[in-house]
Amino acid sequence: MTRRIDVDRARLKDRYPETFRTPVLARTVYLAIVTAGAGLAIYALWRFGFSPGKFLDGLGKLGTVIALMVPPDPGSQLWKYVAALGETLSIAFLGTLGAAILALPASMLAAKNVVANRIVHFASRRFLDSIRGIDTLIWALIWINVVGLGPFAGILAIMTSDFGSFGKLFSEAIEASDRKPVDGVTSAGGSDLHGFRFGVLPQVLPILLSQVLYYFESNTRSATIIGIVGAGGIGLYLANEIAQAEWQSVAFLILMILATVALIDWISAKIRFAVIGRRGVVA
Amino acid sequence: MLGLALVLIFSMLSAWIGEVDPAKFWNGLPRFASYFHDILPQLRLESLGADLEEWFWNLDGWLALLLDTLLVAYVGTLFGAIAAFVLCFLASANVTRSATLRFASRRLLEFCRTVPEIVFALMFVYAFGFGAMPGVLAIAIHTAGALGKQFSEVVENVNMHPVEGLTATGATYVETIRFGVVPQILSNFMSYSLLRFEINVRGATVLGFVGAGGIGKELISSIRQFYYADVSAILLIIIATVFLIDWLTERLRHRLLSLDGAEQ
Repeated sequence: MTRRIDVDRARLKDRYPETFRTPVLARTVYLAIVTAGAGLAIYALWRFGFSPGKFLDGLGKLGTVIALMVPPDPGSQLWKYVAALGETLSIAFLGTLGAAILALPASMLAAKNVVANRIVHFASRRFLDSIRGIDTLIWALIWINVVGLGPFAGILAIMTSDFGSFGKLFSEAIEASDRKPVDGVTSAGGSDLHGFRFGVLPQVLPILLSQVLYYFESNTRSATIIGIVGAGGIGLYLANEIAQAEWQSVAFLILMILATVALIDWISAKIRFAVIGRRGVVA
Repeated sequence: MLGLALVLIFSMLSAWIGEVDPAKFWNGLPRFASYFHDILPQLRLESLGADLEEWFWNLDGWLALLLDTLLVAYVGTLFGAIAAFVLCFLASANVTRSATLRFASRRLLEFCRTVPEIVFALMFVYAFGFGAMPGVLAIAIHTAGALGKQFSEVVENVNMHPVEGLTATGATYVETIRFGVVPQILSNFMSYSLLRFEINVRGATVLGFVGAGGIGKELISSIRQFYYADVSAILLIIIATVFLIDWLTERLRHRLLSLDGAEQ
């Protein structure tokens, strides 16, 4: 059996030398990249003072923590938690909505086919990028300085950081829209504004809406942690219970978050299908 | 119409729960502008060099912390991607027959990506102590969940002919994956991992808020203690780094994707 394969192999090798040649250069480059990647990781671990003994210790401690989490139990604070969760949802909802409303005009500035000026385009793109480059939690800290501790700071933080993301996404959607309806509207005597309103907006609205819904989901997640720095919502309780090692409450809070995120996922998927189904134009 | 009404009702309700206070906002707004004014240092033309030096007085220290942040993101992404690579095949319907295994791995991935990484970081700081390791682990777990899902979507869309061919020759499960699936997906996986690295760099900047290493610790302490010039200096360094990483990964991803196109 083995013999026959050997014979076949030799003959095949004769006939197709290209296929059997070892690509030395490609292999070397590949090996070098993998070695460099692994080397960097090892350097990082060394820099962080990683040691297997300490790591196992930590894992053991983590195991104890997880064992202490069962069964999840809110203690006497259930209603406080529910209220905080409501606050979290409000933060996510208003933050997303506000960001979407503010980002629409900004995204027109950043879209090449609406404002043809290259300087405006470049400046507005970089401005949006800078806003996006700063994490929501940092924005929350800054807004706390302005409006004080509480959920309002959280709403403004989500609004600011999503303004950057929406601005970019919306402007890309606008740039990808078809030019012909706009030409049609303007050739019928419509102004540029008419062209945008009746030529571009109907094309992009379902896309924008589905992006907004997607961000609402992801903001629900962000809003659960924004309380860690004092900007409202369930994160404050989560950070406190972890600091006080109340693991049963922590487990309960995490389960609440998981259930809420799953629910929002489900609802927004429904709405998205409904919207896309009705329009039937989203590519 | 009904949708609009619902949105309005929810907005009112949320505004009420969220303690939205326009008066507070208007009173605070000048403070927002003046905050940015305050955190910017005084730069005079005649002594620009000295002023810059004073502004970035701790540049070496911050760059070292920033390197920590980048390495936390890198190692976290690497470990997370490796875990996702192992789990994604188990979560894919076309290469894993067992429905139980598929269900279990999908729920595991879902759990990993739904719990925010900073929550993992808080717990790991409790278990492992302050430092970069909890940050690495938190990012790794979150990345495993997020990439695992994207990877398994790629795997479910591969061309099944090579897989069938290998199965017909009697190849084992691992051999089928290695020679039938992996060559088709590797560049896509790399591209997704690079994108995730970009996201993780942003995420890692705030892990220091809870004591999980990197530049975040320095940032939160200078915001809390009103070291205004430090805040702007650190924010600028972070934004510059994020720009640089975005630009580099975007170029790399375009290279990878064009490589993929050339092969096919």
